[in-house]
Amino acid sequence: MTEQRMAKVFVELADTLIDEFDIVDFLTMLTDRCVEVLHVESSGLMLTDEAGRLQLLAGTSQSSRELELFELQVDQGPCVDAFTTGQALTNVRLTSALDRWPVFAPAAVEAGVIRTSALPMRLRGRVIGALNLFDVHDRELSPEALEIGQAMADIATIGLINERSLREKTVLSEQLQSALQSRILVEQAKGVLAARARTGVEDAFNRMRRYARGHGLQLTVVAAAVVEERLVLDVEGQPVRD
Amino acid sequence: MHDRVRRLLQELIGDGPDLPPRLVDLCSDSLPVTGVGLSWMTADDRSAGLVAASDGVAVRLDDLQFTLGEGPCVDASRSGRPVLVPDLASRDPVRGSDGRWPGFTPEALAEGVAAVFALPLRVGGIRVGVLDLYRDVPGPLPEVALADALAFAGAATSLLLHLQVADPDGGTPAPWTTSLADYRAIVHQATGIVSVTAGISLTDALVRLRALAWSQRRPVDEVSGDIVAGRLRVGPT
Repeated sequence: MTEQRMAKVFVELADTLIDEFDIVDFLTMLTDRCVEVLHVESSGLMLTDEAGRLQLLAGTSQSSRELELFELQVDQGPCVDAFTTGQALTNVRLTSALDRWPVFAPAAVEAGVIRTSALPMRLRGRVIGALNLFDVHDRELSPEALEIGQAMADIATIGLINERSLREKTVLSEQLQSALQSRILVEQAKGVLAARARTGVEDAFNRMRRYARGHGLQLTVVAAAVVEERLVLDVEGQPVRD
Repeated sequence: MHDRVRRLLQELIGDGPDLPPRLVDLCSDSLPVTGVGLSWMTADDRSAGLVAASDGVAVRLDDLQFTLGEGPCVDASRSGRPVLVPDLASRDPVRGSDGRWPGFTPEALAEGVAAVFALPLRVGGIRVGVLDLYRDVPGPLPEVALADALAFAGAATSLLLHLQVADPDGGTPAPWTTSLADYRAIVHQATGIVSVTAGISLTDALVRLRALAWSQRRPVDEVSGDIVAGRLRVGPT
């Protein structure tokens, strides 16, 4: 990772934050950049819901097997530990963590993950979630890389609280819940589009993102159109007429 | 705090027509509010009827919004976001009504309503109703109370979806206490797929998916996985 590329990533993230933006789209992009910048296999953001449990809000991999690694972390796992302690968990080798996370660790090993780190998303003395990194190689992230990872987690937090606070006064728990609801809407839309366009859910997601980018629309708006107005998109992310 | 709501809700386990009134009473008693109403909303965001209310004023609040087609519940349902109005009499855009509901506001004030907190009951694109909390004195809901209220709204969402299972086959539907918040992404994806393959609404698709899993005695995740992978197709009935 060159310094120049690094600077570009932060400029891109900062650029998004000053305009109206879609939280699910923004955080998906952020997890994509984490993978690029930190050279890990996949990354995901988990956020606390109104019941104090962690939910996956955005992740790089749309494959169900990897999604499961995040979703398994309801009771245990690196995100849960980072969330409850507020401390970063770094470079944990999963084969050494089988006792610590008896359900999560074997599933992660099975999926080919060798190391994981989880960085807390902190806000005014509260922890609202964690950024999770998975690596399929047995190598440690350097202290510099971890610092960048923490900066990415902080940017994700800023994104979450900024999404609407510029426009309206909102309360944090409401903000977090609405972000999770947006994510659910996007998942439903993936299913609707996949069934209509006879494709997979991962491809459906890419089509929606492409359409949103191409038309300067928020991903959530596109998802709502897919669900409510039966918008169908082709591989290029272009609308298909029935 | 959330565990507190969960414990409270556990007392409500059971079934029967008295569940909604018990839920609104419990919500009203446990939060710093005067009364609570629970309403269905239709797709065009008009109230489709009151399910339960803890007192007469809550009944009137629903009635007003149904008649006028405007008010905090209508806006909450439309936007999918909570509408929090700590001081209905104020014209302040953040705390007050800011002239948003010219018909509703004076009528609600006349009923003695000073603050309204309308929470949408939704699962992504599925909108089932609104939980409406009101108070006879102005002032915001403290953050902890709002978090509790959101937890009650989650329970109310599950309950309303449960009540929609008209139980056509006479089978026992999934218990309403299964929290929708625990559903994985794959369940929401499968809901979208079923809505297309069966030609039904997202709401009906989720209800159908839950009933299907229940009848097969399998976890909803597992059935959803089969649907997303194309191993199982749910067609029109």
